[in-house]
Amino acid sequence: MSVTTPSGAAQEAAESSATQPILETRVLSVDFGGLKALDGLDLSVCPGEIVSVIGPNGAGKTTLFNAITATVAASEGDILFEGKSLIGLDPNRVTSRGIARTFQNVRLFANMTVLENVMVSQHCRTRQSVFGALLYTKAFRDEEAEITERGKEVLSFFGHRLTGYRFDQPAYTLSYANRRRLEIARAMATQPKLILLDEPVAGMNPTESAELTGLIGRLRDEWGFAIVVIEHDMEVVREVSDRVVVLDHGVKIAEGDYADVSTDPQVIEAYLGHGAAS
Amino acid sequence: MSLAELSAAHGPSPTASSSGDGTSDDAPPRPPFAQDWHRIARMGAIGAIGQIFISLSNMPVKLDGRAIIEGVLSLGYLSLVVLPLAAGSRVGHQLRREGVPFHRPGAHEVIGGAACGALVGGGLSLLAMLIANFDLREPLVNWSPILADLLAFNCGTAFAVIIWLAIGAAVGAAGGLLRVVPPLARRVLWTMVLTLFGSAVLESLTTDLAEGMGIEGLIDWFYAPRGGLTITGAIALAAGSGVLAFVARGRIKGAKARIDALEGPARNRAHLGLILATAAVLVILPMFAGKLTNELLANVGLFVLLALGLNIVVGLAGILDLGYVAFFAVGSYSAAVLTAATSPKIHPELPWFVALIGVVLLTGLVGLFIGAPVIRMRGDYLAIVTLGFGEIIRLLFLSDWLSGWFGGSQGITNIPGAEIFGLAEVAGTDPRSVFYLVLAFCAIAIYVSWRLERSRIGRAWMAVREDETVAEAMGINTVNVKLLAFVVGAVLGSFSGAIFSAKVGSVFPASFLILVSIVILVVVIFGGMGSIVGVIAGSAVLIGVLGGPKQPGLLAEFSEFKLLIYGALLVWMMLARPEGLIPSVRRTRELHQEELAQDAWLRGQTEDEHEGNGESSARQPSGEMS
Amino acid sequence: MNGSDVGASRVAPTGRRRRRRTRVDWFLTALRVSMIALVAVGLLAFIAQEINPDNPFARWANPDATGLTGAQFRGLVISGIAQGSMYGLIALGYSMVYGVLGFINFAHGEVFMVGAMTGMITSNKLADAGLWESNFIGSLVFIVVVSIIVSSLTAVVMERVAYRPLRGAPRLIPLITSIGVSFFLQNASVVLLGPASKSYPDVPDWVKAKHTFLQIEGAKILVIVVAALSMAALWYYVDRTKTGKAMRAVAEDAEIASLMGIDVNRTIVKVFAVGGAMAGMAGILWGILFRSVIHTTGFLPGIKAFSAAVVGGIGHLGGAMAGGLSIGVAESVGPLLILEPLGVSGVSQLRDAVAFSMLIIVLLVRPAGLFGERLPAEDRA
Repeated sequence: MSVTTPSGAAQEAAESSATQPILETRVLSVDFGGLKALDGLDLSVCPGEIVSVIGPNGAGKTTLFNAITATVAASEGDILFEGKSLIGLDPNRVTSRGIARTFQNVRLFANMTVLENVMVSQHCRTRQSVFGALLYTKAFRDEEAEITERGKEVLSFFGHRLTGYRFDQPAYTLSYANRRRLEIARAMATQPKLILLDEPVAGMNPTESAELTGLIGRLRDEWGFAIVVIEHDMEVVREVSDRVVVLDHGVKIAEGDYADVSTDPQVIEAYLGHGAAS
Repeated sequence: MSLAELSAAHGPSPTASSSGDGTSDDAPPRPPFAQDWHRIARMGAIGAIGQIFISLSNMPVKLDGRAIIEGVLSLGYLSLVVLPLAAGSRVGHQLRREGVPFHRPGAHEVIGGAACGALVGGGLSLLAMLIANFDLREPLVNWSPILADLLAFNCGTAFAVIIWLAIGAAVGAAGGLLRVVPPLARRVLWTMVLTLFGSAVLESLTTDLAEGMGIEGLIDWFYAPRGGLTITGAIALAAGSGVLAFVARGRIKGAKARIDALEGPARNRAHLGLILATAAVLVILPMFAGKLTNELLANVGLFVLLALGLNIVVGLAGILDLGYVAFFAVGSYSAAVLTAATSPKIHPELPWFVALIGVVLLTGLVGLFIGAPVIRMRGDYLAIVTLGFGEIIRLLFLSDWLSGWFGGSQGITNIPGAEIFGLAEVAGTDPRSVFYLVLAFCAIAIYVSWRLERSRIGRAWMAVREDETVAEAMGINTVNVKLLAFVVGAVLGSFSGAIFSAKVGSVFPASFLILVSIVILVVVIFGGMGSIVGVIAGSAVLIGVLGGPKQPGLLAEFSEFKLLIYGALLVWMMLARPEGLIPSVRRTRELHQEELAQDAWLRGQTEDEHEGNGESSARQPSGEMS
Repeated sequence: MNGSDVGASRVAPTGRRRRRRTRVDWFLTALRVSMIALVAVGLLAFIAQEINPDNPFARWANPDATGLTGAQFRGLVISGIAQGSMYGLIALGYSMVYGVLGFINFAHGEVFMVGAMTGMITSNKLADAGLWESNFIGSLVFIVVVSIIVSSLTAVVMERVAYRPLRGAPRLIPLITSIGVSFFLQNASVVLLGPASKSYPDVPDWVKAKHTFLQIEGAKILVIVVAALSMAALWYYVDRTKTGKAMRAVAEDAEIASLMGIDVNRTIVKVFAVGGAMAGMAGILWGILFRSVIHTTGFLPGIKAFSAAVVGGIGHLGGAMAGGLSIGVAESVGPLLILEPLGVSGVSQLRDAVAFSMLIIVLLVRPAGLFGERLPAEDRA
């Protein structure tokens, strides 16, 4: 191991595992009936790193998430998570390997309570069968208590917004921002190593998005997740990213820290069209 | 008067509700003759068509034999006044929305109701004239003089024309009047009507029980010898129930609210008390009841068992299984083959309880076998395919090909009863023992449903029902979880089948028509998908009163019409009350999600607008807009 | 595909490879393989017994094998085609409604039954008046018109009362409602017209006689010709008229269509009316071919027609017809071609089971149908 610097665990993690990325895509392509949504994408994410994926609409950002979580099938290339391929797994297996995601258009289990939402997403971490539930065994009760506890812990990460009486409120009664928060909490409850956040601050006001930006940082620092964020808000991207990847038409056109990427002529052209860079 | 003032004056009304709650006495009444004639004509015409349909379906003639109040009202005539009453009341219905002017009900409603009711009744006048002048007996089997006489009270066509206009108008006016009288009076009135109707419907049940308890004298005073309440009995019942309703006003709701407000262990204790009390009644009641009542109770119990099983599949996991009867059939047949000496191919003649293990295993396997191919399909395709499987299973039992095993259309007969550990023999000849057996299995099914709903599995089912893609992305193996729901439902259904074969003593393919699946579905939906109490209440009301696919209910006269009513009920429930009679809290939310979201939004909105007006409805945290 | 498809083209990810198999997958594969093996062995045994009923393979499969004569086989195929063309006509209604509203109108089979009943009533009245014998073709046209009107009306009222209030509800809700409607219509027929089965009046001799070198019954020729004409008319309506264009637009995206000035409600009513008309037509043909109707007449043909719609690819009009024909032929020929050679006794009892199995096999092997389904965007998920 290298010398531990006081700059924090996160940096250490980033350095030590620079050789061993937690997630790696190799020439990943996704075809939609001839349309290449992703075209030979190479991407790697190291443990404890926050990577932002940006790009104009239709660049293939959400498709990248869908391919990683096996919601759409990759037509070529490979996706490695902790060195093992994810190709061919069902989405639920991917989640139990340790990748959780949120959705661009918030998709909660709207009629389940806030607490149930975070309890149900621990499904792949729990083992009790029908018989346990029917016989009401000690193991069953312990497990229920444990997932309730962990659910509450995850929810309390967001301050008092999702705790107290809100535990038993159905999810659809939450405000928009709280739904987004609950979705992140639900992803956290699956006990992942990598979280994929799809436009986490979309539709939020500046105060809320600033707060959430801070939370994304804390997710890494306190919980040790590696994070990939799709985001359109450049403020947020600048704040949170260790590294920024720019996609356009399914191809990676730039990669680097925010300052480099934001001045890259190719990126400016992708966003603003031909001639804008000159 | 501005909109803001108006709505402040009416108090906040979060939902668009009917005018019935009579809270706004200061609103102006409408002028009596400024009617919405277009609406009246439309509803009148629809009602008139309905009346003609009811008459031609032969319902009045068939039901005329069943008296509600001796010599005054029969079920047949009752079926002809329901529509005018409903139409008369419906015409006076006003949608109440925040900020929309609202009128105090008054003469306007009564006159509107009378007009609409007269139109509806006029349908029968028209029919009476048509029957007198044309002969359409060829396609319409009930186009008969009997019907004409019934409509005319045996007094000629002209009388029929006038009397039905008059009856229609009177009943319609009564319907309109229901909107005018204060809520308390309405409640008392409804209690009286329902008590009378209920005691007339429950006649055979109460008589039976009374005989068991040795109080026939009292019953003879209430009921006429040839059926129906006596007039004195009816008056006494009406008066008694009216007084009770007046005294009890608000108390029942208050008690319920108090129980709901209890928390933690106290609430559990209250619920436990309620459950124990119900169980005690159910255990003690049959001891006093005769054969017929116990037979009825056993039938209801069988359907409760089936409905609880389907409820897990449809209500919790959201899988619409239209072939549920297949599991009932497999349960019955496997129990028959395993216990009966007469089974054609193999006849191990196992004791019933031992056979039950085999039945459960077999049905579970069949559940897996049917479930595995269908479980990945889209919800609606799945429904049709399960229906196909249900039919295939029946056709296989019926076929000559497998008749060496299952006896083809002859079925398997002489199935012995279920022997319970040498203690008692349960067979169709002793319906009471059947009922106790069914009760025990219902208790098991209730426990299973209740326990599973509050477990990791139950939550996964609900997540799958809510959003399958997301459930999968959150680490739930949706295929396995749905398959599990299918199998658990199948096993619960097989219990019912095993009891059925022991009870009836024979199984035939004709007992397992798709019809049975549909009836169970109606029961589940009527009671309330996902709600255990609702499903039980649904079976009790529908199977108990109207009867099952082949089993008679309390109103045996309805046997020709019950399927028609089930069909209409299914449509009506979906349109008017998709959450069912006694909804599960969750399910209501789901089906009215948009409305609730809008309400929450509206509430937030109006609160902002009327800040300072003070009396906003209890500020639900749900309205928050952060 | 050509323009007559009610619905949108489908975009799906093309890459599907190296999917790891679960237990359910293995089971399904085993099921598919055994189904195909069953069909294959049955066919081989059939061929074997056609060559010589006494050859060892045929005897092994079915000791009592006799084989079919050419005329028997031809007869089976032709009645299959005649029935199948009726299934096709009914399937059009399922397909169009599914294409536009995205739910299975379970009660569509009952619309067919209403058509058949109306035809029965009208034709009997005509027969009483003596017109049926004296002017058969004229009477036929008359009962077709009446029954089309009645069944379209039934379908339209059904839409207005039961389905329109549910637009936008979760997709199982209208399906459950339509089951209720179906149940209601069936039993309304029982209480109004009585539970007994009723028959059409006797048809002229040329309808019963066998024609042409293929020895086809006149009724079957009539059915096939009328079905083909109806199909052509429908194709013209949907493909060439403005209303048809509106239907296709609504099927593609109702919201956008309404923004383009199309009256969505009216278009949907027309879809139901046209579907009802086709079902009414099929009802008459059923009556001519089988001469007897009962309240449950609509149930099995309805299910089979739905299978036909799925086989052809939901939302695809030509597919519905092709699916109808294949289901019809399969259920007519299948039992004798596959089950009988395997030694299953009493195969004709299993006709319906064969039809249901076809539906299941199709949905297992190719849920999008032979020609691919065309569905509104939000229903593809």
